[in-house]
Amino acid sequence: MDIKPILAALRKHKIPAALIVLEIALACAVLCNAVFMIGQRIAEIHLPNAIDQAGLVDINVQGTDPKLAHADVPRDIAALREIPGVTGVAAVNMVPLGNSSWNSNFALGPGALFQKNSPNVATYYLSSGGPEALGMRLIEGRLFNSDEYADSSLGDSYIPSGHSVIITKSLAERMWPDKNALGQRIWLGDSNSYTVVGVVANVLRPNQNGAGLSQFYWAAFFPVSPSAALGDYMIRTAPQDRERVMNAAVAKLGALSPNAVVKGRTFSDIRDKYFADTRSMVWMLVLVCVVMLAVTAFGIVGLTSFWVGQRRRQIGIRRAVGATRSHIMQYFQTENFLLSSAGVAVGMILAFGINLYLMQHYQLDRMPWYYLPASAIALWLLGQLAVLGPALRAANVPPVVATRGV
Amino acid sequence: MFGYYLDLAVRSFRRNRVLTALMVLALGLGIGASITTLTVLKLLSGDPLPQKSARLFTPELDPLPVQGYVPGESKPPWGNMLSYTDAMNLLRARKAERQAVLALTQAKIAPLRVGEHPFYSDGVTTTADFFAMFDAPFQYGSGWSEQDGEDRARVVVIADFLNDKLFGGRNSVGQTIRINDHDYRIVGVLKPWAPQPRFYAVNLGGRGYGNGDAVFLPLQSARADRMDPQNVNCWSTGFDINHLETAPCAIVSLWVELANASDATAYKTYLSNYVQQQISLGRFHRPNTWLPDLTGFLAQQQVVPDDARLQTNLAFGFLLICVVNTVGLLLAKCLRRSREIGVRRALGATRGAVFAQFMVESGMVGIAGGVLGLIFAELGLWAVRHQPAQYASLAHLDVSMFVATFVIALIASLIAGLLPAWRACVVAPAPQLKAV
Repeated sequence: MDIKPILAALRKHKIPAALIVLEIALACAVLCNAVFMIGQRIAEIHLPNAIDQAGLVDINVQGTDPKLAHADVPRDIAALREIPGVTGVAAVNMVPLGNSSWNSNFALGPGALFQKNSPNVATYYLSSGGPEALGMRLIEGRLFNSDEYADSSLGDSYIPSGHSVIITKSLAERMWPDKNALGQRIWLGDSNSYTVVGVVANVLRPNQNGAGLSQFYWAAFFPVSPSAALGDYMIRTAPQDRERVMNAAVAKLGALSPNAVVKGRTFSDIRDKYFADTRSMVWMLVLVCVVMLAVTAFGIVGLTSFWVGQRRRQIGIRRAVGATRSHIMQYFQTENFLLSSAGVAVGMILAFGINLYLMQHYQLDRMPWYYLPASAIALWLLGQLAVLGPALRAANVPPVVATRGV
Repeated sequence: MFGYYLDLAVRSFRRNRVLTALMVLALGLGIGASITTLTVLKLLSGDPLPQKSARLFTPELDPLPVQGYVPGESKPPWGNMLSYTDAMNLLRARKAERQAVLALTQAKIAPLRVGEHPFYSDGVTTTADFFAMFDAPFQYGSGWSEQDGEDRARVVVIADFLNDKLFGGRNSVGQTIRINDHDYRIVGVLKPWAPQPRFYAVNLGGRGYGNGDAVFLPLQSARADRMDPQNVNCWSTGFDINHLETAPCAIVSLWVELANASDATAYKTYLSNYVQQQISLGRFHRPNTWLPDLTGFLAQQQVVPDDARLQTNLAFGFLLICVVNTVGLLLAKCLRRSREIGVRRALGATRGAVFAQFMVESGMVGIAGGVLGLIFAELGLWAVRHQPAQYASLAHLDVSMFVATFVIALIASLIAGLLPAWRACVVAPAPQLKAV
């Protein structure tokens, strides 16, 4: 199709043409960034977490006498094991995505806390059977042996007295990028050191700790003997038994410690709650995108309809001198394609600019390049879809219109 | 003339119902989205105590070792949290008009009736000046005295909602409730009080928005009964968790009320002197002190969630698209009426008159868009209230946002109308008349 007459006609309607281009450009720019953010947040909601997420139940016990913890914890664990369907029980100090977090800064050598280059790490304390109850996946090395649990107490500073630690793969790569982590030591201050005995697949921290996604897997696991610091019981069972096991566990622990506040949650609930804000942001972004595209489409429909109405006579003349309906259709479709192309060209530059601005002012990554052509194609399609109605109406203008009027 | 223009506008709307409806709908959606997000942003970035925020300050010190110290850059990661020792030293020096040390805790409250379960509530452990300094209003009774704190008296101030829950809202001063397995005597009941953001909880391990706290206890009594702070930051190992008062751990924050700028300067000097003294004692190694006021502190802590600001940006981007859309549709409408304009001009209407006519028309689109935007904003805020966010229940349209809706709608539509109205008033009458 010859585009010269189209360009000539557009030149006569500079302002409406410019408005369509501007609207498509803005829509393209916003769409790119919004879709990028949606993608990032969905990825966040689905972050892998190498524990048995489907079969875990958390029972939180608060308000017991801390002095009796060394006796209460083993008693509670024994009671929980008796519940039918339970395949693993351990006491822990905190739960992945549970939001309340214990953290320490670990260094490669002795020295003060908060040394430069000492990453902030979430410190999970596990009672005997912890890795098994959580369903952690060992990548290399070994899990803790029973001596390591028995010999490591938390004491009055809540720092494990043992010398073994299991760390996540992410943390291993952060601490020793070029070396195997097994057998290496991490230091807490100048007197506590721990040897890495195992590396496990990435387990999420209780929260992001304001550090962004890159540090979300920096976690270390320490074996400890029963202590008041272990306020959560992780119970592993079959996914279909979760509710029943949870209710039985809450009832049992409630009876054992009548003075305490006992709360049960499945791990799925914990995870859903953690990402609830993110999920609602995703829905909000999706809603804005849909409404924005609808508004843009209606804008195109409105302006093109106006054009068609204005050019009824010219269309009639073209039809009278031999143009087929599809010629007329193609004319408007090509015209829209040209306007959309100009729009997305400007829009992609704008989108890139907005992304740079967002990177500066918010915790946002650089947008991968393929978002630009993807949203360009989306707007091309939207334009073609929007122009279809008016173009059909134009194609239905009978040639006889040419002879009327004037 | 204005009435005539209104009449013309209504006639024009009737002629192009679909186009008019589209314009109003687009503008309404844009306005609705903007007002919804602006309301949330205003709520989140508001001043929790407008009447005295300029007089409230929170000191920040740096107790970390000299190792890794970069003058002018280093700042402890826990913001305005202080060790118990330093906070109490500064409190007892009484260098400000009022001062209060505080920490958050989870208070286990025993039920009054047999057969019910104990429950946890948000608690603030603090010192005597807290209520007067933060303008917390009392329904019954009052706070406790400084002496009560020093004596570790088991007294408590409870919130209105806890009083409703436990005592059905009647005056419960003098009654006893069991907190963390100890009997505390109620000395005061607050009226509903929940500053937003919950500025005093920032850094202490609590949420930034939402309901107020349920119980307020003397800090020293709570320490004696082992109600531990919700956030503990230690900068050295080898301490005893049972004696956090002397541990190298930041566990509390301090707020002071200072009457004016010169008092603030004097307090800053006092802080520097205190730190110098601690350096000479070997307790401190870094000379820096900070004394942000309430608003400065909230800005520095970036209390407003990024998502709320992002949403507002997005909504205004969307509004811009809606305005461009309205410009296009208005233009289409007005170009279609070139002949009518030609006739009006030929009959003596000035360019100004034609311009005014079209501006009135777009203003009407704006008002209609504003009304629709208000409905969308109410709908949007209703949706926000059903979100899981902490601040969700607080999202309501207030008078200023109600007015803002129409101001934004009118401005947006008048901007949108400028170009079409200009195009309309430069229409040359002669060719239009010839064509008829």
